[in-house]
Amino acid sequence: MILSFKDKQLYAIKEKVERNIRLEPHDGIILYNTHDLIGVGALADFVRRKRHGNKTYFVYNQHINYTNICKNRCLFCAFARDRNEQGAYMYSVDQVRDILIQNKPNHLKEIHMVGGIHPNAPFEYYLDLLKTIRDIRPDVHIKAFTAVEIDHFSSISKMSLTDTIKALKQAGLDMVPGGGSEVMSDRVHQELFPKKISRKRWAQVMKAVHAEKLTSNATMLYGHIETVEERIDHFIQLRDIQDETNGFTAFIPLAFHSENTKLSHIPPTSAYLDLKTTAIARLMLDNFDHIKAYWVMLGEKLAQIAQTFGADDLDGTIIEEKITHSAGAKSSKGLSRDQLDFMIRSAGFKPVERDALYHPVEQS
Amino acid sequence: MKSIDSIIDAVYQGQRIYADAAEILYQNAPLLTLANLADHLRYKKHPDPVVTFVVDRNINYTNICVSRCKFCAFCRPLNHEKAYVISTEVLDQKIQETIDSGGTQILLQGGLHPDLHFSYYLDLLRHIKTSFDIHIHGFSPPEIEHMSKIAGLSILETINQLKNAGLDSIPGGGAEILVDQVRCHVSPNKCDSKTWLTIMKTAHEVGLPTSATMMFGHIETPMQMITHMIRIRELQDKTKGFTAFIPWSFQPDNTHIHVRKATAWQYLRVLALSRIVLDNIANIQASWVTQGDKIAQLALSFGANDLGSTMIEENVVAAAGVRFRLAKEDLIRLIQTAGLNAARRNCTYGVLEWFT
Repeated sequence: MILSFKDKQLYAIKEKVERNIRLEPHDGIILYNTHDLIGVGALADFVRRKRHGNKTYFVYNQHINYTNICKNRCLFCAFARDRNEQGAYMYSVDQVRDILIQNKPNHLKEIHMVGGIHPNAPFEYYLDLLKTIRDIRPDVHIKAFTAVEIDHFSSISKMSLTDTIKALKQAGLDMVPGGGSEVMSDRVHQELFPKKISRKRWAQVMKAVHAEKLTSNATMLYGHIETVEERIDHFIQLRDIQDETNGFTAFIPLAFHSENTKLSHIPPTSAYLDLKTTAIARLMLDNFDHIKAYWVMLGEKLAQIAQTFGADDLDGTIIEEKITHSAGAKSSKGLSRDQLDFMIRSAGFKPVERDALYHPVEQS
Repeated sequence: MKSIDSIIDAVYQGQRIYADAAEILYQNAPLLTLANLADHLRYKKHPDPVVTFVVDRNINYTNICVSRCKFCAFCRPLNHEKAYVISTEVLDQKIQETIDSGGTQILLQGGLHPDLHFSYYLDLLRHIKTSFDIHIHGFSPPEIEHMSKIAGLSILETINQLKNAGLDSIPGGGAEILVDQVRCHVSPNKCDSKTWLTIMKTAHEVGLPTSATMMFGHIETPMQMITHMIRIRELQDKTKGFTAFIPWSFQPDNTHIHVRKATAWQYLRVLALSRIVLDNIANIQASWVTQGDKIAQLALSFGANDLGSTMIEENVVAAAGVRFRLAKEDLIRLIQTAGLNAARRNCTYGVLEWFT
């Protein structure tokens, strides 16, 4: 590790980390409150290298946002529209088919598809989306529909969660993304996203997903009104679910972008908060395999640095990111494989191209 | 050959590092180890957790330049439609705006114009000094060499006349990499490294403080970059005239050097190494202009103790396709969210204002 910690409180945490002792909430709070960023990074880097050596994963993927029409209208969102609002859109199944046919990259391994909570699209629409993708790209993993959407589907289809998930799986769903939990705090829920499902429901959906042998990711949207204690509590809730199901694959910290949202007075997250959150996730979530540096939100430069602050995954090529760019993200809308490869290699890490389920891809 | 561990130990203990060991360190030490060393040395030099910045404006009096360096996207030939020499009206307006927004200095630099007489520059300084109360940080060594040739004067006499006309300090630009093998490729018409160092030495001797810069990430080798740092360190041992060192990465868009842009990873390694090698220079500046706000903030844990200036206007880096904009409030926020205290300074690093 490094030679010395500027903050002497970190020595006790170092001791735990080296001896594989699970960190307590108060350790997490010390890590957030310290000004010793390099010390926090060194602890996370130690754990990251123990788990993954110098490998960094990435995926050749594509994002599809089938609609921006959403009845939840969370305060932190710049993407959602009401049904009759200017800029509102919803792709028909045929449009999605066209998108996939027009742009059919050979190396594609994952399609990431999420959308708004549409007030009246029927459940069949979502099943048809999956079937269509499956039909055109039988070789590609479909990672789609956050817990929020799955809860909505269960309500419109009048089916149990389990039956809803079974139907989605049968139509082609391979994996579930981690969005929609935001910050698992009743206070933040009330203030920012009261119409969205609660943290308890989110956990219930994820457990049901894992019970059907589908893996999922988990996320946290940070950098708005949440407190340090609420962030740590979020990690603990995720860690508890993971102890029970072992169904989470990756944790993805999501840096809040305020432009064009109702919270536009909130300044951008600092690099310190971004890297600390990445590192603390690695340290607190000791039962998660992967911590992602989502370059869309961090920017390419900081995402590269995050590889030595606990992150072992850079997400992917993406092709046309919409949601964070609606909120003023300055990153590219997509990266080439070559660019990702360079970001990893030039930092002394070893790129491993993966599929959605983290299986290494045979290089062609 | 020394082992990396013994090098790291020696640096941590505060021993001076020489070229071979510096290269081993730069090539092999983990990024966070470099940060740890640089941060340790930064706090040994500046025990208070303070980060400073200056409010100023870049004024480029002309973009006409006979030097035509390969890394430059700003310069224009004499008859080019976008070639200009600043008018007095525009100059005055820019300075007034700077003062109105709390600025205390201007960074006055320009191309090597083929026809302007030495009196143009002296008049420019006298005009500014009689019209405004503002610090003039101006004319990098290539400009001074160019003026001395035009005027047929020695370097010493040229600098003395500029000083008497109102020049307060000299920016460290045009250093690029102070190794002639590199310079003859990237900036063949610009002054050689010996001249650059002589001009800085002369400036220091007549009492003008200067900064020093380094542009890396083009064709230089790590050893050439380290040689650059050591040449500056050697001069500083003699004169103590450098106030700050500012490494920044080459921005290749719109230029004639086709390389991949240096990564943030490389930038932070070079920055940390600068703090480690330049043990006799008090201030190391982060370059938000080339790195953006996030990496500039991170630089504060990699040896930097200064965020440079607000640069109400910046043209040269912008011409190479990089346009980060930060207001004073943004700089303060970057410093404070890193857990540090923000202070506005003057050109010689005296604190003018604290922010809480």
